[in-house]
Amino acid sequence: MTEPSTSLPDLDQLTESGLRPKGAGSILLIACGALAREILDLKQANGWTHMDLTCLPAKYHLYPEKITAAVRESVAKHRDRYDSIFVVYADCGTGGLLQAACAEMGVEMVAGPHCYSFFEGNDRFAQHSETEITTFYLTDFLVRQFEAFIIKPMGLDRHPQLRDMYFGNYEKLVYQAQTDDPALTEKARAAADRLGLEFERRFTGYGDLATHLKDL
Amino acid sequence: MSDEDEIILSELDDEELVQQMFDDLYDGLKEEIEEGVNILLERNWEPYDILTKALVGGMTIVGADFRDGILFVPEVLLAANAMKGGMAILKPLLAETGAPRVGKMVIGTVKGDIHDIGKNLVGMMMEGAGFEVVDLGINNAVEAYMEALETEGPDILGMSALLTTTMPYMKVVIDTLVEQGKRDDYIVLVGGAPLNEEFGKAIGADAYCRDAAVAVETAKDFMGRKHNRANA
Repeated sequence: MTEPSTSLPDLDQLTESGLRPKGAGSILLIACGALAREILDLKQANGWTHMDLTCLPAKYHLYPEKITAAVRESVAKHRDRYDSIFVVYADCGTGGLLQAACAEMGVEMVAGPHCYSFFEGNDRFAQHSETEITTFYLTDFLVRQFEAFIIKPMGLDRHPQLRDMYFGNYEKLVYQAQTDDPALTEKARAAADRLGLEFERRFTGYGDLATHLKDL
Repeated sequence: MSDEDEIILSELDDEELVQQMFDDLYDGLKEEIEEGVNILLERNWEPYDILTKALVGGMTIVGADFRDGILFVPEVLLAANAMKGGMAILKPLLAETGAPRVGKMVIGTVKGDIHDIGKNLVGMMMEGAGFEVVDLGINNAVEAYMEALETEGPDILGMSALLTTTMPYMKVVIDTLVEQGKRDDYIVLVGGAPLNEEFGKAIGADAYCRDAAVAVETAKDFMGRKHNRANA
């Protein structure tokens, strides 16, 4: 598979402002913008027309303290329109606050610490998490948005000398590939070179994300 | 900046120089900070005064603007790097001149966590505030903390974590302190992006510190209470 078709949402839009629901379907997925393309791909491949999708800006990952409040707001805004709501975030740096908020609102969410974990499969990721503490992970989305999501917010475009303050303790970059795309693999390899890290490509597909959504 | 606008640090009087060092710290200009420190030393400033009035004074402005959303992490790191340059000159001199010591802290990131930017900032600001800091580095198991507490005898234990998956390890360390009957021997401060006040309370820390400036203020506050208790 190469770059997704042009009918998929714009990456910059997903990063900055998210995605509005279409208003069709009985289940609303409230997801991180970084997962929009993957969810839409799964929806299309499986014919899950009963699901609608709205996304919060992917950039909230840079400020995890914003995620819980934004999810709360989105659930409140949409819950009357749908039979049920599923939150497509893992903990994502909220320190358990998102889990607590979802439990309080009576909505389910994806299990696991973050998308690097559930794409690979939470059980499998947990098995090697202790031996991979010096590994930096990129997903398809993060490879595509490497400049916008990593380089610019960290100021590495303006101050490349900061690289080792951020990445000096890392040794390897693992590109968790959700799709087979040679161009993305090369981009990921270039990202590893830029950060001064060893490179490994690890195909994951959609992992636990697909399992969770299939069961809805 | 054109040549004719260039500021010659050595031509500024003390007050102007300190103001200029505030600006240079804000802009992350390490070489200029090192030059400023050396000029003040040549003018017979006490190392402790240079540290507190020029460097910490400047970093306080950086910290406030970070908290207010005016500055962001990259700028803070550049400023910290500039301060580090100045500190490297002052540190040996501070030891020689017997600068006041507020307390001692052992600090490190917890097991499984290699993210040390926050920990390094806290360590540097604590040193700037007169604390002796023993930095255990990254990925510390409970045994490493316990050994350092035993050998260093600090007032404060600081633990840092960036990951949701590693922050629960702080409780392992605190529980071990409790089990060994040593919990009350230390002030335990915790910090890191995914933490919050509730988490700090839940694991039995004395305080959660949301940034380096808060860590310094909290540490000073606890040290003050400790002294008051000792003097009572």
